[in-house]
Amino acid sequence: MNGFPWLTVAGAIPLAGALLLALVPATPADGAEADRRAREQLVKALALVFSLAALAVVIVIAVRFNVSGPDFQFTESYSWIPQFGVHYALGVDGIALVLIGMTAVLMPVVILASWHDVPAAARHSVKTYFALMLVLETMMIGVFAATDVFLFYVFFEAMLIPMYFMIGSYGTGPRQYAAVKFLLYSLLGGLLMLVAVIALYVQATRSAATGFHGSFLFSELVHVSLSPAVQKWLFLGFFIAFAIKAPLWPFHTWLPDAAASAQPGAAVLMLGVMDKVGTFGMIRYCLELFPAAARYFTPLILTLAVIAILYGAIVAIGQTSLKRLIGYTSISHFGFIALGIFAMTTQGQSGATFYMVNHGFATGALFILAGFLIARRGSDRIADYGGVQKVAPLLAGLFLVSGLAGLSLPGLSTFVSEFLVLVGTFTRYKVAASFATAGIILASIYILWMYQRTMTGPVRDEVAGMPDLRPRELWAVAPLVALIIATGVYPKPVLDIINPAVRATMTQIHVTDPAPPHPAPAYLNNTTAYLKTAHPAAAQKGILP
Amino acid sequence: MTMTTLAATGALRYSWLLLAFPVFGAAVLLAGGRRTDRWGHLLGVAMPLAAFVYGLVAFFTLLGYPAAERGRELHMYSWIPVGSFQVNIGLLLDPLSISFVLLITGVGSLIHIYSVGYMATDAERRKFFGYLNLFIAAMLLLVLADNYLALYAGWEGVGLASYLLIGFWSFKPSAAVAAKKAFIVNRVGDAGLSVAVMLMFAEFGTVSFGGVFHSARSGGSGVATALGLLLLLGACGKSAQVPLQSWLLDAMEGPTPVSALIHAATMVTAGVYLLVRSNPILALSSTAQLAVTVVGAVTLLWGAIIGCAKDDIKKSLAGSTMSQIGYMTLGAGLGPAGYVFAIAHLLAHGFFKAGLFLGAGSVMHAMDDEVNMRRYGGLARYMPVTFVTFGLGYLAIIGFPPLSGFFTKDGIIAAAWDKGGTSGALLATCAIIGAGLTAFYMTRMMLMTFFGKPRWQEAGPRGGAEPRTGQPQPEPHMAGGSGGSSPRASTAALHPHESPGVMIWPMILLAVGSIGAGAFLITGQRFQSFLSPVVGVPPVSHGVFTTAGYITLALMAAGIVIAWAMYGRVPVPATAPRGSLITNAARRDLYGDAFNEAVLMRPGQWLTRLSVYFDGRGIDGLVNTTAAAIGGTSGRTRRVQTGFVRSYALLMFAGAGLLVAALLVVRL
Repeated sequence: MNGFPWLTVAGAIPLAGALLLALVPATPADGAEADRRAREQLVKALALVFSLAALAVVIVIAVRFNVSGPDFQFTESYSWIPQFGVHYALGVDGIALVLIGMTAVLMPVVILASWHDVPAAARHSVKTYFALMLVLETMMIGVFAATDVFLFYVFFEAMLIPMYFMIGSYGTGPRQYAAVKFLLYSLLGGLLMLVAVIALYVQATRSAATGFHGSFLFSELVHVSLSPAVQKWLFLGFFIAFAIKAPLWPFHTWLPDAAASAQPGAAVLMLGVMDKVGTFGMIRYCLELFPAAARYFTPLILTLAVIAILYGAIVAIGQTSLKRLIGYTSISHFGFIALGIFAMTTQGQSGATFYMVNHGFATGALFILAGFLIARRGSDRIADYGGVQKVAPLLAGLFLVSGLAGLSLPGLSTFVSEFLVLVGTFTRYKVAASFATAGIILASIYILWMYQRTMTGPVRDEVAGMPDLRPRELWAVAPLVALIIATGVYPKPVLDIINPAVRATMTQIHVTDPAPPHPAPAYLNNTTAYLKTAHPAAAQKGILP
Repeated sequence: MTMTTLAATGALRYSWLLLAFPVFGAAVLLAGGRRTDRWGHLLGVAMPLAAFVYGLVAFFTLLGYPAAERGRELHMYSWIPVGSFQVNIGLLLDPLSISFVLLITGVGSLIHIYSVGYMATDAERRKFFGYLNLFIAAMLLLVLADNYLALYAGWEGVGLASYLLIGFWSFKPSAAVAAKKAFIVNRVGDAGLSVAVMLMFAEFGTVSFGGVFHSARSGGSGVATALGLLLLLGACGKSAQVPLQSWLLDAMEGPTPVSALIHAATMVTAGVYLLVRSNPILALSSTAQLAVTVVGAVTLLWGAIIGCAKDDIKKSLAGSTMSQIGYMTLGAGLGPAGYVFAIAHLLAHGFFKAGLFLGAGSVMHAMDDEVNMRRYGGLARYMPVTFVTFGLGYLAIIGFPPLSGFFTKDGIIAAAWDKGGTSGALLATCAIIGAGLTAFYMTRMMLMTFFGKPRWQEAGPRGGAEPRTGQPQPEPHMAGGSGGSSPRASTAALHPHESPGVMIWPMILLAVGSIGAGAFLITGQRFQSFLSPVVGVPPVSHGVFTTAGYITLALMAAGIVIAWAMYGRVPVPATAPRGSLITNAARRDLYGDAFNEAVLMRPGQWLTRLSVYFDGRGIDGLVNTTAAAIGGTSGRTRRVQTGFVRSYALLMFAGAGLLVAALLVVRL
């Protein structure tokens, strides 16, 4: 199955870019200001070009992906550490593909948006910052594409390092505290997962499914049968790591600090992409490797998810800082994603997967715009704004659209995913879904109140001279907003990619959707079929399609 | 249902144009930005007009079919296909939806035209038209959708348009707050509708109208009751029915054409549309029907009482809107006896209430944006056309024979009367008392505005509760961010004048509707037979004059006389007198806001503060304390932190070493 290694190429391009950036010589200490500027400009342009090249490759992959083909496509597999059955194995199903797509789209956006984010006085150079971003992209593509659990673990841990430096060295406020907290939490989860990975390998060596050789290949591990007790422990090892990463209540407290201290671009990569590894891991590894344990823990996880939805929203309402507010809304959104995954219905899981993508775009756009605001005003406090709409209507308008995506307005992609999660949950767990629905009311409060306090009212003196979006900034955000609208009006192409993967997951975990007690005849759901059935005579006369 | 649904053929195949026109307008005007300022309003007017013309074509095409074949569906595309959840975007053209299409595009076009004049001096007129077109598009999707989820998309879409337009002058904090409040209160209702859609899918495996109505019968009354109540919750939000009524009065912060179009003629009636559209579900649950009628009866009195006490002309009209929609809701809960009157009243109300609002806007235009009726008086002489059109709207709404309201509102009252039993008697009593109150507050409004001595000269400095600085002004540009403290000389002499033609003509056309719509629809059971394939036939049919009708007329006369005694016979004081207990309650919206504040907002704020505190001190505090305890003193913690990357690398190595060791152990 080793055709052209598309996935490796997609992942290698940013890494190559990072290396190239590292080769750009640093400015000599006595270098002229103009020289320094020119080099920085070159570095940024190179970073942008490489991220766009990666995006181009990912687009090719998406176009060539066959929705009715095998579950995993673009597979590559090379033996890496043969003694232990470790493989460099890549491949994507629909779920991984859309997440890689989201990563590749967000990267150039973030690079454009972060153009001036490296403070002049920072210890590290501009080129390191952008090189770190590109390295991070490689890791993130790798983590989604890995089909070997060991490889997944390596990427999962390794991606912490660039993010740690991006927050700790380039952040604002108590950035060291935030970075260490971020790392400590992730480390704790990573170690738990490491133990589970080892134990899984041990189990695999005893299983006929791997020929008693032991393996880390996902495709072989899914066939390893585990005793219920072992399943539960291993499930917890993986799940806690993912719940910290996602993050799920009550493992969330690192997130607001990290989001508030990171530069907006870094925060977008963290909230939008890195944290999705957690929810991606839940659906790929927790469910498929340990289906019985997943079913066992479902009530607990659903409860945590509903708490996260409501709690994150309520705490978001009470925030006084823009970045922390958006951070807390994400906790609410991750609750929705976890809810959809563990509702164990086709709608819930497709919705959750689509939610991961949409959240990346919507929260990404919102955070980037908040960053533009903060850069202009020099303050993160909501109370320092007011009347921006009057002086910067374009900025305010896009901020509103992104905010409306945050509250899942129909017509925007986030509505599709959120409703799928809710309806998918409702068919199995009516009470949980009904509580979660209260989240849509709370979302309207935190978004619109934030908008009211920052954008409306009389123009404050401090914002009076605020310039509207510059072309670079518009180019960064407009594609995201366009995608949010386009896939909200016509989400079918994305859903078509996700659905087969979700179907395969459902089959793997032996769960079927609950059947409606009073089903309507299928033809009533489809206008054309309905009309033909209801009016056979008319159909013959050609009145019907 | 006696109607069957066929594919949209012939001219109806292009009914997607109904959505495409306003969507195009909104997209061009909002994305085009300032470049479209010069001609934006023209495009803005052209789009709903084009939709109206097509709507007429579609209407006559439908009329050309036999009654049983007037349901036509147009499949547009597959929207959300996931497993058994298959939702399409499709349009259903039938007598019910086409009635709404004509109302929305017809009255909508008139109000667009009026706005050209009303917003002439507003620097952001182009954006205003963009939002209005967006509203038209969403509202048409709401009424044309062939399934509940697409309806929901339109439902929230009109909520967005309403939010944007209430907050159009959002540099005024009051407008920004009112917009947010409207959206949030609506979201409570939306959550109900949203759960209803989920319940439909869970029970019936579909959300299409056809499938849901088909299976509801086998679903039993329990499911039907739950669905009915959830849909009612949705309707309460959108249609400002008790207990979700509080946003509508604040919504008057929006420009007056918005109040006319969205908060009187169309959007706020969407709840009634939802209930009538769902008539096969309501038919299965007498509990749900009773709840609908109770909400309607309570709201029609609630709104009327508020209307009696307000001195702000727009807020008084808003109370009236609430009350009139209460009548429609009442009608929608009465089964086939009430549906046709509910919708007929809705259409007639669309004419006369839009006309009344446009008249109010015309008065405000003339009075330098004063809204306090105590500072009006004697305007009939200065604004004859506004006076006459407003007067016709007045006669229509109080149900003066033979104007529109007489036919449509009395139909609802008679249907309640016919219901019989205790509930029927109570409902009819409420509705009749409401008619008397309507006559009172509308007469009061007429007298205070158009009759008596002019009070605007003697009033002195303007102390109006709501200075509307964003409204059309002599200056070409609005006072920007400094809104709220208008520099205009408040004592400048007023010279009331008639509004320009572009504003007058829409008012005249709406007045024609106020006169004739009711008679046209009701006499000869024209509308009843048109609508019956969708909503069924009333069980009892009687002439125009009924016992209930005579009582209603008597109370109407009493209302007029009392109002005249209080506001016509004696001069109106320019400042509001202290008023009785009930007047004061009504002035404060019957304490609706106070209730929300005490029961929802305050506890909500406490919960928020508590949660924020808990999050910082509780969970995070626990983690930090543990970390500090492990690390020992804070100094050591810091040392650990600064050298952390090294430690981390070390731990990674240790982890990898552990892994290798374990692997070796297993292999050996």
